[in-house]
Amino acid sequence: MSTPTPTRSPDAGPAPAAPGPLAQVARSAASARMPTLAVAALLVITLAASVVLQPDFFSPYSLSASFATFLPVATIAAAQTIIVLGGGIDLSIGTIVTLASAVSVVLMDGDNSRLPLALAAGLATGAACGLVNGLVVAGLRLQPIVATFATSSVFGGLALLVLPQPGGTASPALTQTFGMVLALYIPIPAVLLLALWLAWRLLRQHRFGQYLYAVGGNADAAYTSAVPVSSVRVFSYVAGGTVAALAGVALLADSGAGDPTLGTELTLGSIAALVIGGTRLKGGSGGVGGALVGAIVLSLIQSLVFFAGVPTDAREFVYGCIIIAAIALAGLLTARSGVRRPAFTRGKAGTR
Amino acid sequence: MNVDTARPGAGAPGAPEQAPAPARTPLALRLARDPVVISGSVAVLLWVAAALVSPEFASWGQFVTLMTVASFLGVIAIGQTLVIIAGGEGIDLSVGATATLSAIVASRFMAGSDEGILTAVLLALGACCVVGVVNAVGVLVFRVPPLVMTLGMIAVVTGFIRLYTGGRPEGSAAPMLRTLVAGDTVAGIPGVLWLWLGLSVLVVWLLRRSPFGWRLYAVGANPTTAYLSGVNTSVVKFSAYVLSSLFAGVGGLLLLGYSQNVYTSLGTDYMLNSVAAAVIGGTALVGGVGGYVGTAIGAILLTVLDSLLRIMQIGGGEWGDAPRQIIYGVVLVIVLTAYGRQKRLRQ
Repeated sequence: MSTPTPTRSPDAGPAPAAPGPLAQVARSAASARMPTLAVAALLVITLAASVVLQPDFFSPYSLSASFATFLPVATIAAAQTIIVLGGGIDLSIGTIVTLASAVSVVLMDGDNSRLPLALAAGLATGAACGLVNGLVVAGLRLQPIVATFATSSVFGGLALLVLPQPGGTASPALTQTFGMVLALYIPIPAVLLLALWLAWRLLRQHRFGQYLYAVGGNADAAYTSAVPVSSVRVFSYVAGGTVAALAGVALLADSGAGDPTLGTELTLGSIAALVIGGTRLKGGSGGVGGALVGAIVLSLIQSLVFFAGVPTDAREFVYGCIIIAAIALAGLLTARSGVRRPAFTRGKAGTR
Repeated sequence: MNVDTARPGAGAPGAPEQAPAPARTPLALRLARDPVVISGSVAVLLWVAAALVSPEFASWGQFVTLMTVASFLGVIAIGQTLVIIAGGEGIDLSVGATATLSAIVASRFMAGSDEGILTAVLLALGACCVVGVVNAVGVLVFRVPPLVMTLGMIAVVTGFIRLYTGGRPEGSAAPMLRTLVAGDTVAGIPGVLWLWLGLSVLVVWLLRRSPFGWRLYAVGANPTTAYLSGVNTSVVKFSAYVLSSLFAGVGGLLLLGYSQNVYTSLGTDYMLNSVAAAVIGGTALVGGVGGYVGTAIGAILLTVLDSLLRIMQIGGGEWGDAPRQIIYGVVLVIVLTAYGRQKRLRQ
């Protein structure tokens, strides 16, 4: 774990936010980046508060319900993180999620035998959307923020075409499996969350993972080091789109029906989660692990506001203020962890 | 320069200012590459297409309506342009929520009469300034990336609106405000268009001829050199964010005058459309490049496109809004491809 000193070298990449194997835990804790510590602290605080406010928080039923809410949000955050690490951003990710879930739910139509086909179609949709985004951003070289805003309009429209109103029926096998609890205590969504993280670790070890950090950190340096920058960018969007489609399936499994109108909210949540999780919005630093924890923290805060007895009309406001505070905390720690610089460049330290 | 090399949004390394066009480039070629000229011609083309589809589109009344609708986006995009030019990944996604906030506060205090109009306008703009100050503090003091900070502010502002209204906004626009937006005041042109024209002239002057404008471009192009040249970079950026919220508030008031009643998603569509208008008009998201004339044309272009798709009856019918959304997105990509592209990696 290297500290995120503003080095220009692309091989500053190996700075995983998530702790490594158990043997290295102590060492990585000592050298962990500040954002990692911050999000860990936030997790502990929100968990403690949840336990205090909901005494049965750790009961199998409640745990299963919690993880069922965490999984979709965390998966979207993971998808966004892959794209952001590569130096892009995807404002269309929420609409990819809704489009993929709409395609799946329409195809499965409450029938177990159609489940594999529907899932495959959903994932293919996500990958195709990611490919479109990747080609527009890396091929046409448009600025990612506006380009993906434009494509979000396209994907959102397609989702409405496929599924004009919230509805549809997910196949019972999917929703039942999702609600299962293994070994009396471990909910399936938690297992899937772990699988997602492990998949990320695998990707991180792969050459593509290295390339991702290199391109996000400094595209020019990566280019001169013979990294296939454009392919990596396209691939990051395709991977992000595919993971987003997984989130769509998870959403479907959780709610049992599709909803084509959720798009924007999901996008905003994913960006907030990854920033709280310590991923730099400029790319090249951070990791999916942090984003997963960030998403869990966000979901916990949301349910905390509910359980703390805040009046209905004030809930959104309180939630918003807490998120701003959490983001500001993360921002402050990210800025402080760099090398000391004059005030006016310190904010810029992250750009190198 | 290193500062610029790794910006993801732009990925594009290099000169914050667009490379000065070589003096030998012929005028025609230079014009053909100028974003303002391109988006202007695209807007005119779309307008001609719309007029061909539906001849009434070319009538003066339709034209004035179109420009009135464009003026809301145009005014809201003023602040967006300032924030984007100020650089440092500057962007203000909270403009939509801020516009709604302003409309909601104003309508409650106007309550359909002219008596409280001054108080209402001042209170509404005051509330918007608070949003701008919070944005600026988050970005400058807590060093939160502007995209995330203003995104978070959306949650706070909509939450506040919910708290303030209890989910049911009250009141309605003052008659005076209605006359300004919908009434026919001077030379057959509604007051709102004169207001937009006035604000445009003011902003163009501010950007091109005032010390504030010079500093804004300096900070956006390269904050380090600006700082070393004695520009107080924080103050410049702070003002940009506050002005952005202020103009969003003005846009919200105009929207209130147009729709007469408020609802909680009044300004939502303006969040990313204001960014798109600025980018279509040639303002680069890296900062330090662009201007307001382009943004105004971008706003008109987006509005003409939307109306064109509406009159072509795409949208509506059994498919609902979906085809219009899809075409809107595709055209946006095409327009952006015309010039909104970043540099190649190979220099």
